[in-house]
Amino acid sequence: MAVTEDVTGQPDAAPTTTAPAIGLTGISKAFGPVQANKDISMTVQRGTIHGIVGENGAGKSTLMSILYGFYKADKGEIKIGGVPTIIHNSDDAIRAGIGMVHQHFMLVQNFTVLENVVLGAEDGALLRPSLAKARDILTSLAKDYELEVDPDAIVGDLAVGLQQRVEILKALYRQADILILDEPTGVLTPSEADHLFRILEGLKAQGKTIILITHKLREIMAITDTVSVMRRGEMTATVKTAETSPAQLAELMVGRRVLLKIEKAPAQVGETVMEIRDLRVVDEDGVERLKSINMDLKRGEILGVAGVAGNGQSALLEVLGGIAAATSGTVTMNGEAMDLTHEADAGKRRDRRIAHVPEDRHKLGLIMPYSAWENACFGYHDRSEYQAKAGLLNRLFMRDDARAKIEKYDVRPPNCDLKAANFSGGNQQKIVIAREIESNPDVLLVGQPTRGVDIGAIEFIHNQIVALRDQGKAILLVSVELEEILALSDRIIVMFDGKISGERLPSETDENDLGLLMAGIDPKANQ
Amino acid sequence: MDLAELYQLLGTTLRLATPLLFACLAGLFSERAGIFDIGLEGKMLAAAFASAAVGAYAGLPPLADPFPGQLSGWGLGWPAALLAVLAGIGASVLMALLHGFASITLRGNQLISGVAINFLAAGATVLIGVTLFNLGGQTPNLPDVSRFKEITLPLAETLRGIPLVGPFYADVISGQNLLVYVGLATVPLTWWILFRTRFGLRLRAVGENPGAVDTAGINVARQRYAAVILCGVLCGLGGCYLSMATAAAGFGDEMTAGRGFIALAALIFAKWRPWYALSACLLFGLLEAISAKYQSLDIGLFEIPVQFMQALPYILTVVILAGFVGKAIPPKAGGVPYVKER
Repeated sequence: MAVTEDVTGQPDAAPTTTAPAIGLTGISKAFGPVQANKDISMTVQRGTIHGIVGENGAGKSTLMSILYGFYKADKGEIKIGGVPTIIHNSDDAIRAGIGMVHQHFMLVQNFTVLENVVLGAEDGALLRPSLAKARDILTSLAKDYELEVDPDAIVGDLAVGLQQRVEILKALYRQADILILDEPTGVLTPSEADHLFRILEGLKAQGKTIILITHKLREIMAITDTVSVMRRGEMTATVKTAETSPAQLAELMVGRRVLLKIEKAPAQVGETVMEIRDLRVVDEDGVERLKSINMDLKRGEILGVAGVAGNGQSALLEVLGGIAAATSGTVTMNGEAMDLTHEADAGKRRDRRIAHVPEDRHKLGLIMPYSAWENACFGYHDRSEYQAKAGLLNRLFMRDDARAKIEKYDVRPPNCDLKAANFSGGNQQKIVIAREIESNPDVLLVGQPTRGVDIGAIEFIHNQIVALRDQGKAILLVSVELEEILALSDRIIVMFDGKISGERLPSETDENDLGLLMAGIDPKANQ
Repeated sequence: MDLAELYQLLGTTLRLATPLLFACLAGLFSERAGIFDIGLEGKMLAAAFASAAVGAYAGLPPLADPFPGQLSGWGLGWPAALLAVLAGIGASVLMALLHGFASITLRGNQLISGVAINFLAAGATVLIGVTLFNLGGQTPNLPDVSRFKEITLPLAETLRGIPLVGPFYADVISGQNLLVYVGLATVPLTWWILFRTRFGLRLRAVGENPGAVDTAGINVARQRYAAVILCGVLCGLGGCYLSMATAAAGFGDEMTAGRGFIALAALIFAKWRPWYALSACLLFGLLEAISAKYQSLDIGLFEIPVQFMQALPYILTVVILAGFVGKAIPPKAGGVPYVKER
């Protein structure tokens, strides 16, 4: 290993090389009435990559937070390298050789990379020697593991992929032998994710033990040696990755068979609801985000919009949803022109029965500190059914209404007084979807309906969208997940650089074909 | 205005800026660690009172037969000033710990806790003052042993002959009291602590992202308490300055006169940086000095009334706090109690 400096506070009993890196026995943890972890036992062998999969809220992060000393387990025993270890806080975990890369990076944004790495692991009261030493070690770590980062860069200026490297460097600087990564690829681009996996392979080759928490089965299959599955706070299985399949893992995660393919009846396409003609958007910086878009949206069909993020799909949703103004062009709905100026707003769109599930549910879809029952009717709270006398809102009805939505959409936990922030991502999305679909729209705009949502909830959300289509409504689905586009859409358009680069029927296309269109190349154009 | 007059004005500026500087740096330590503190005013007031009270007891000579209302002291001589300063710092630190307990341990609202401290100090000082001294809330005039007097620096008169620089040294730099020099020295010291020591790194980190500090294995609460105590010590010095180093020579009701809030404005103006804090405090000090020196200012067209001049520092405070001076980004975790997720 490159780092040779002695670090105090390693466990007294030297761990034997044959003992498993981590042994958990009977770990339980409850938050109030919620049993986050139930009697969990797990063994991770030294020098392996061990995956932990499970739906959102299955207890993966809680378990790892216990291992890292962020929470204290109610019961159970932790052995590190065969030695029983009591971990009261993160300091104990660090001393035991555990490093963690949190889902939300634990970095000080306005510090340099060096300062972040050194924080908490300084050698003395003065900074200068520590920083100099860290600089040397960082240089050698960068060489050994492809972990190049400019040590003097301000962390806040770095891309997320680089910030994640800083987190890994922090752990390695503290001589971690066990590295826990919590949903590491959620924020990464595909190429950044590939780079991360190369780094992890390199670390494994050096004998480090890696725990990878994720709900992406593809990553599990690609990189792990063994995988543990968690469901509702329990560990349901631990298997060798080579001996399992994504379908089996999905079933273990959800507890029932999951249809990775959606069953839907052929679309009964009706007349055109919305006509978009020559729609252009030029943003404040003078960049043309939409270049003359023409399309029709018809009753009873799901129109999928594919494309690499940032090719105009968001601008399209924003204009149609009344959030942003168009520069020129027309949109008519049922033959009537729509206001595309700054005068328009999302409320007026809703009055015209256009519902919108925004791409970023945290920013636009929900008010996080507000309760579920409030969030379940926001945007529609002016409707007559929510009104009581004297200009007041009918809270009782609003709560009943929210309870009905929660039940119908299987939002967990089924508690309409909980703040939106306290639901898992999938359940937050269900609240938004429930609100928009139950408003009985003619047109539903959906952006990234299943981003950050676990498998069980994805299936549910997809079924709801199909059900709405079968009621004869028009749906515009924007997603960067090709699988989702292919599975749901009745017709697909692909956007590239603010233009429509092609239109396909799902039966006539595949991921390769769409992938080329997403890069602006139409393979069928020259035929 | 001739040079002597200008230097006199600058000397006054320095004197008036010092209590602001102490309070401003106090706030800097606290807020850099993520604890907003609008209780600087209260802490200074408490310190001013405690130091004046102890200074009076310790410094005044013992009287065999004091007539009613006259205080018989302990006549300690030079240790009286030391004792008084310690008392001032002690009172301020006590208030700071109260603020820390409310906002760190109990995770309360830092603004409300700060307001409470201001009220507590305003009420308690007068109440205790009346009870102890029966002088309508004031303390007796402090004897010289309990005060900081002007110090003439070496060579002040010798160097006076050098044009410009000589008189500047003699009239502005020299001839200030000890606390002015302590205050000036605190600026580089603060900078050094914040940016060159482990303590400072952790203190800044805890004000930006306490989660990062916690996961690095450091106790967030302890780090914040340390910052709050430092804040108390500096506020204490600022309070001592008001009662022991100014012409007031004792404590008077509400003698801080909003300086804690002006210091807060200076802190925002300075964007939470030590050297900028010095500049900001000197600016406020200069305004105060001008308003004290020129009761009314004739600028030819009309005469600026005295009330306006006196209000100038406060007007500037409002202007600065209203955000007219560029974008000041406070420490990210400021005002937010640290709670682990869930």
